[in-house]
Amino acid sequence: MIDRINRFMRQVPTWPLYVAAVIPPVWYFYAGVTGQLGVDPVKSMEHKIGLLGLQVLIASLCVTPLRRYAGLNLLKFRRALGLIGFFYIFLHLLVWVVLDVQIFSQIISDIYKRPYITIGMGAFVLMIPLAATSYNAAIRKLGRNWRKLHKLVYPAVLLGGVHFVMLRKGWQIEPLLYLAAVVALLLLRVPVRQKITRWMSRESA
Amino acid sequence: RAQEVPVFEIQGFDTTETPNSFEEITSYNNFYEFGTGKDDPARHAHALTTDPWSVEIDGLVERPGSYGLGDILAKVDIDERIYRFRCVEAWSMVIPWNGFELNQLLNMAGIQPSAKYVRFETLYRPEEMSGQNRPILDWPYVEGLRLDEAMHPLTLMATGLYGKELPNQNGAPLRLVVPWKYGFKSIKSIVKITLQEEQPVNTWKAINHREYGFYSNVNPDVSHPRWSQATERRIGGGVFASRVATLKFNGYEEQVADLYRGMDLSKNY
Repeated sequence: MIDRINRFMRQVPTWPLYVAAVIPPVWYFYAGVTGQLGVDPVKSMEHKIGLLGLQVLIASLCVTPLRRYAGLNLLKFRRALGLIGFFYIFLHLLVWVVLDVQIFSQIISDIYKRPYITIGMGAFVLMIPLAATSYNAAIRKLGRNWRKLHKLVYPAVLLGGVHFVMLRKGWQIEPLLYLAAVVALLLLRVPVRQKITRWMSRESA
Repeated sequence: RAQEVPVFEIQGFDTTETPNSFEEITSYNNFYEFGTGKDDPARHAHALTTDPWSVEIDGLVERPGSYGLGDILAKVDIDERIYRFRCVEAWSMVIPWNGFELNQLLNMAGIQPSAKYVRFETLYRPEEMSGQNRPILDWPYVEGLRLDEAMHPLTLMATGLYGKELPNQNGAPLRLVVPWKYGFKSIKSIVKITLQEEQPVNTWKAINHREYGFYSNVNPDVSHPRWSQATERRIGGGVFASRVATLKFNGYEEQVADLYRGMDLSKNY
């Protein structure tokens, strides 16, 4: 079964993903302008595109565990997921800057003074070098360093999850579930056996 | 860019600004008893039974007891008040309320001289208020006012909107409206009022006293720790609307600033 899916996936091109990715933000914008996003369309657009970005980035973190634990190979889609997630987070930032806060001095002071915005901004900044080195030539040129550099996606998505928890009033369940998913996906990457043997040898020393 | 000079004035009690539509006021609500989404109250509040309804008034009053809503409404004067409404989340509306001054209800119960504060409580009925099945807030919701704030003629007990019965999602059948304070002070679906000497602990302050105070007066100079309060988004402006400058005491400075003479408003936020 898994083999058949993997074989099928090899034939599926990745470009339709990029094309499809443009649809949600265009739709949100159209819906906002035409009054279909409720009475506070700016907040609605900002939240929808931000959440979609987080979801796509979480999906990109699923690729490796799916391969390791289920044998499902979706590696060829990982770059697209990462770039699309980055694109959505960039649009989220753009809506916040241009349509929501609007005032330059307030944008700067918000980034500087408000922890949840500082954290969200930090997550975005961490993703810039990743998006900038996502083309084949960069991968070849950076070699082993490329893999190291792209581990930045872990803190970036983690900060995104924290940002989501912090912007809600009180401790709300939905953002906590997203954060839990991110933490779980990161924990799956901790090389457990190594850790345990290291810990045991330290204990016995 | 935020508007520098707000184009409105307050004549008598009413602002001259154009009110938000009935649709806007009733579809965008914070009423966590029905869920944390802005559209949750409009979707779930129909489950609430508001008839019969009574308000327990106790504590430092001459005539404690259970006051039936019908009996209360027979003795008070219902007015229309077009008030500015500013949420702590930095959005705002203009709302044409119908209601009576809270001081009429407090006088009905008779205020004892030692009373200094008023404590309010929302209904706790998780079978009808689905949000109360989750520990999002420490139910029931509690709010409070200093007695002089409660007696101020601007302080309204709202029973309606646009001349219609108050919709459930807006706090039917009886809610507080304190137009110079952030919206969360205007507690909804009130079932209990207690006059007391000590300052009540309001729900949001109990959750996070750094972010939410007891006074919660609208103040552009005192930021919420997570966002600036200098400007607000007026609901209904659409995608390309400009931010509006937030006014001290939400524009009611002339009417209420005296209540806080000598107080450091950055400490008593």
